[in-house]
Formats: sequence, C-alpha cells, structure tokens
Amino acid sequence: MPVAVLERTAACDITAADRDSRHPGVGVKVQPPPAAPGDTDLVARLRAGDAAAFAHIVRAWSPAMIHVARYFVGSHASAEEAVQETWLAVIRGIDGFEGRSSLRTWVFHVLSNIARRQGVKESRTVLSSPVDGEDAGPTVDPARFRPAGDQWAGGWRAEAAPRSWGPEAAALNSEVRALLTAALAQLPDRQRVVIELRDVGGLPAGEVCAILDLSPANQRVLLHRARAKLRERLEGYFTGREQG
Amino acid sequence: MTIEPLPCVDVVELLTDYLEGALDPATSARIDAHLAQCPPCVTYLEQLRTTVNDLGSLPAQTLSDSAIAELEAAFGDFHRPPAS
Ligand SMILES: [Zn+2]
Repeated sequence: MPVAVLERTAACDITAADRDSRHPGVGVKVQPPPAAPGDTDLVARLRAGDAAAFAHIVRAWSPAMIHVARYFVGSHASAEEAVQETWLAVIRGIDGFEGRSSLRTWVFHVLSNIARRQGVKESRTVLSSPVDGEDAGPTVDPARFRPAGDQWAGGWRAEAAPRSWGPEAAALNSEVRALLTAALAQLPDRQRVVIELRDVGGLPAGEVCAILDLSPANQRVLLHRARAKLRERLEGYFTGREQG
Repeated sequence: MTIEPLPCVDVVELLTDYLEGALDPATSARIDAHLAQCPPCVTYLEQLRTTVNDLGSLPAQTLSDSAIAELEAAFGDFHRPPAS
C-alpha cells in the first residue's frame, strides 16, 4: 500500500488539547482555532459601524474566501458572488455572532453554507468522501524507481532521478506563473482548495482543517498530492527547457 | 540502535508530513538519515519547497474594486442611523 494513503499519527497542531484528542481516522472533527486576540475588539468595532475595520477584513479575508467558494461552485465569477453575498450576510448578522469560534471561522462557516447552496443550484457535485481514488496511489511515477528484487529496490533509477532545476528556478517568471495557475485549475477540487489555502493563501494547517472540516491527516494527504503534481509540472518545464 | 533504512520511493511520499513536523520522531529520524546520504531525494525535497514558494508568490485573486466598494457602501448604509 502506498505510504501516502496511510493515516499517520500526527497533527495539524492547533492546540495541545487537539493534539491529545487526535485520532488517526477519517472525519475527525477538529476544534476551530481559539478566538484570536483582538477578535472581541474587532467584533465590537464592526458592530459599532467602523468602516475601516470592515474594509480591512474584506480585503484580508476575501482571497481565501474565493478559494473556498470556488470549491463549491462552478466558476470564479460564481465564487465572487458567493463571497459578496457572505459579506452582506456578515453585515446583517454580526450582532448574532456569539463568539463560540473565532470571527474568521464564523465568516468561513457562513460562506460555506452560502456557496454550498449556490453550488446545489448550479447542480455542481462536490465529492464528499474524505479520500477517493484521486487521492490514492503513488505521487511519483513508480517507473522512476528500481524494481523489487533489485539490490537497491525502491531507490531512484540513475537516469530518472530528479535533477537540479538550476538558478533559473529561483526567479518566478510570468511563464511559470501561468503554468502554475493552469496546473492548479486542473487539480481535483479538494486538492486544489487545500493547496490554494495553504500554499497560495498561506493559511495555517489548523485553520484549513477547520474551514474544510478535514482531519489533519487527510489535509496533509491532499496537500502532498497537490504539491507533488505541481512539482512534476515545474520539473517538466525546467528540465524540458534545459534539454531544448 | 540501528535505523531501518527507508527507500526513496517511500521517502518522497512522506516529505509533506516531514516538512509539517507531523511525523513521529523515529520516522523523522529515518528521513534525516536518508537525506544525509541521498542527493536525489534532497533535490526532490528542494523542488517541493521551490514549488511551495512559487505558489506563495502567485498574485492573490480577490474581489474586484467595484465589488469591494459596493460592500463598503452596504456596510455604511446598514450602520447609518435612520434619518429623522
Ligand atoms: Zn532517496
């Protein structure tokens, strides 16, 4: 069985309490991160009509919200619509926010409901099983490794081992940007949303688990598979150019 | 104590867990031991890191300026006391 599919003991590492209660199973409910310091203050400012506070969170949180919305709906335009509708719901509903989660987690919860509903209207189906076929199997072509029975079974074959991408890879040019954007769009939905939130948006693992209701182990499986695919695309680009 | 060696084919599947600090100490030590003597796997790990860094410098997709302006106006309207 490929190693990546195994559930391993480990953590998104949100809090010590979460670490103790973790369970190497599927669908573990992860506690949302505790209210950030300043959350109470932020809520008070929003309730009081502080336009600067509102503008700040709209600008700071909308990029990640678009990634999450896009998971449920069929297009970027539709995702923007869901995010806008969410902010309108937040404007009207902030008085009802009870502070049981962080404000941010609550906003993403509102977003998930709105985007999911919109996705249903669009008849978009989102795979709900935590790990499906696309999330199993080796992430690197097995042909690149020495076969069983070989003295160094499972080691890279000399001619197929990864080679340095050279100094070119250090600077991100517009071609690489376009390649990555296209490759992201081709990922399975759950892999895409996880890598967008983690690596494009820079959200911590614990928050991504809470937003998407993923177990820490599944979050890492999805992230690893997505990273491995994108690395492979970059490898094709850089090594192709070296040879050409 | 001898460390059971880990082949490259398994190492590449564990590298995100390794980077996340999600491996148990024994497995993490096996990866360290492997990387210490396997340049191709070090290259693979570096390339994964490069991929992550490249993704982090993609421009953020966000709401259009007009959409943000509409939201700010809606926020203002909601909090404006009714004219008396
Ligand atoms: Zn190796």
